[in-house]
Amino acid sequence: MHKKIYTLVLTLFCWSLAVPVWAQGAGDTSKVEMADKFRSDGKIYVVIAVLVTILLGLFLYVIRLDRKINKLEKDFNK
Amino acid sequence: MIRQNWWKIICVVLLVYTFVAGFLGAVPAKPILNETIRNLYFHVAMWFSMMILFIISLIYSIKYLRTNNHVFDIYALEYAKGGIVFGSLGVLTGSIWARWTWGAFWSSDPKQLGAVIALLIYFAYLVLRNSMTDMDKRARIGAVYNIFAFAMLFPTIWIIPRMVESLHPGGMGNPALDTHDIDARMRVVFWPGAVPGWTLLGVWITTLRIRLSLLEEKRNH
Repeated sequence: MHKKIYTLVLTLFCWSLAVPVWAQGAGDTSKVEMADKFRSDGKIYVVIAVLVTILLGLFLYVIRLDRKINKLEKDFNK
Repeated sequence: MIRQNWWKIICVVLLVYTFVAGFLGAVPAKPILNETIRNLYFHVAMWFSMMILFIISLIYSIKYLRTNNHVFDIYALEYAKGGIVFGSLGVLTGSIWARWTWGAFWSSDPKQLGAVIALLIYFAYLVLRNSMTDMDKRARIGAVYNIFAFAMLFPTIWIIPRMVESLHPGGMGNPALDTHDIDARMRVVFWPGAVPGWTLLGVWITTLRIRLSLLEEKRNH
């Protein structure tokens, strides 16, 4: 189990090293309207906070369901 | 494996990474798409998760036919259901995205139609199963039909959409992931974050349903 997590972390780390190399050719000079202002005002963090809260709330719900099923299985196997 | 926790932790980490990096990370500035290009991490990831769940379902159907072990039939059914949920979310989110980029919720685009046909074929899998009361017959015919349903994914979402003109990115060639549309900054969120993250969430919920089904089986015997 630990070996698997270790491999995954290592893979992600290698990915992060590779990004700057790939990103070099990707300069945007065009004037396409993006949410730059929104982002520089800092408001996007509010959206991320809301989304992550919802995500974590749902995870909590699923984890509780997981635990309940665990308990049921244990009771059944007694 | 289905009762272990390490991959569930990875699922939470990857999805939180997807949500944070998905909104904070830089993306290419494209006309029409604007910021909606970020939907890649959510809408497109739905389809990858759906395909992976359907592949797992197919493997269990084949396993059932080889062994006649009823447990494999439960696995195949629940993975197919999980795939259907993700596919339906893919159609819905695609439709919302299309409203503000293509101009309409539904344009009867070949990719939209192909996806819906593929899903309808999978809906028929559930209907077919429920039309039979004999457990072995249901499992056997269900498994054979599931293989057919998977085979139908080839023309409906992998071949026809590549052959015809479409509003969908990629046009002729690749259905969604055109290398000109996204760059490394997006790929680093999409491939290691969104695709495995959403897929693991689908697998997680599916395994919970499988465990409930198995408990129900035990209670009935």
